[in-house]
Amino acid sequence: MSATEYKAGSNLEKILSAGTFAVTGECGPPKSADGSIIAEKAKLLKGYVDAVNITDNQTAVVRVCSMASGYAVQQNGVEAIMQMTCRDRNRLAMQADILGAATLGIKNILCLTGDHMSFGNHPQARGVHDLDAINLIRMYKDMRDEKKFQCGEEMTVEPRLFIGCAENPFADPFEFRALRLKKKVEAGADFMQTQCIFNVPKFKQWMAEVRAIGLHKEVKILAGITPLKGAGMANYMKKFVPGMDVPDEIVERMAAKEKGEPQQAEGKKLAVEMIKELAEVEGVAGVHIMAVEWEPAVPEIVEAAGLLPRPVVA
Amino acid sequence: MITAERKPFEEILALVEGHDKVLVAGCDTCVAVCLTGGEKEAEILASELRIKAQADGRTVQVEHTAAIRQCEWEYLDAIADKVNEYPVVLSMACGIGIQSMAEKFAPKLVLPAVNTNMLGMPQEHAVWLERCVACGDCRIGLTGGICPVVRCSKSLMNGPCGGSHDGLCEVKRGDEEIECAWALIHDRLKEQGREELLLEIRPPKDWSLSSSGGPRKMVKEEAKPV
Repeated sequence: MSATEYKAGSNLEKILSAGTFAVTGECGPPKSADGSIIAEKAKLLKGYVDAVNITDNQTAVVRVCSMASGYAVQQNGVEAIMQMTCRDRNRLAMQADILGAATLGIKNILCLTGDHMSFGNHPQARGVHDLDAINLIRMYKDMRDEKKFQCGEEMTVEPRLFIGCAENPFADPFEFRALRLKKKVEAGADFMQTQCIFNVPKFKQWMAEVRAIGLHKEVKILAGITPLKGAGMANYMKKFVPGMDVPDEIVERMAAKEKGEPQQAEGKKLAVEMIKELAEVEGVAGVHIMAVEWEPAVPEIVEAAGLLPRPVVA
Repeated sequence: MITAERKPFEEILALVEGHDKVLVAGCDTCVAVCLTGGEKEAEILASELRIKAQADGRTVQVEHTAAIRQCEWEYLDAIADKVNEYPVVLSMACGIGIQSMAEKFAPKLVLPAVNTNMLGMPQEHAVWLERCVACGDCRIGLTGGICPVVRCSKSLMNGPCGGSHDGLCEVKRGDEEIECAWALIHDRLKEQGREELLLEIRPPKDWSLSSSGGPRKMVKEEAKPV
């Protein structure tokens, strides 16, 4: 594929287009104006992931914005996937920010609805939700492919974007989850990352539905992996994190080890096993490793999963 | 009161397209008072639909009915026999009434014939003005009885903004001028001798009390049957 045929020409797009199994990571920006933390996290992941998601006020907690953080990780040699939620911005801001991000060299964007304000540290905030994630994807696609703003006005230089979305195979109604992904693909998603997978059989069932409607050929699917740091975390995710499906046997497996280092080792081992198993599922184009506040675990997991060295694309 | 406007006839036709048995259901409370969806307006819409079908050479069965209030189960019971004769109901109630109808007779197809638009005050005959958005956190006590959330185009807590001129807002709704809510608040508080209230910085609102915090539910424990 020649450079001009790429939608954005990002590292992630090139790797996925070449049919290479992709690895993405995640970086949560700090709750302060300390830019050094972002740089450190980037250095930790450099060479181990093809691109890194920069969360956008995740769980509705205020942090350094995803555009500035995305720019910072790119300055430190890791490609960014800038997350953009519909919760905090209306369509003017979402378009202005993507133009700004493009001028800073950000090429991957992940379009999300965003966690509700009630989960975060400003529950009294007014939710914007001017657009939903599907309309956000469509708006960015039209900006890129039609050089048009959402209002229909034309622009001279379009933002070149590799557009991503998320989907939760474990949310209800299950029978509609693959069809909802189809809507996102129709709206313009080029790649998608799933919610953290712990229930592998259910994920495989969902992938079967995805393949049945041919979606795996239209969108690059990255399976979401979260290494568990301990049995406590497994339990917490099972009970308190919305949309999470953590089977009992996972919690039990973690709890069977001693707290601390043994449980951490088990969590990493489990993540590696899951990556290997998910890589065999037809239609899975890569993994998205979300090591929540545990970024140092990522290099080890990627290596143990046999995914090194990461490809260098021209 | 809740006000609503009838949808354009073309839109209503598109909604009922392909259905030849339709019941037009009015509501004789709020939407009747605002002359949009009471029994009389339901009768008119039903006639329009029959006339249109006749002109198009289609045979249809369109009747009308009305509930005293479509938002209350017992009033829906009163029209249940009629509703059950029809596979499709075109409701002229507000969004509350339409949803009550849809829930009560689920999975019957219940379609909206009106757009519910505001909590409005009838200023004069046939004119309504928006006065409340049910934000759940009323600040009118500090603003001279004038709501800045709904009457200021920017919902400012500390207005007026720089767009206020001659008592008017910089924003127009269509061709209509809008009064500057904060100019009104300023004048009213002055009249009340309470203009010092304007000097205090009013904090941001708690939007979790509005629909922004999720759909609301009100329970009056003391009024529940024992």
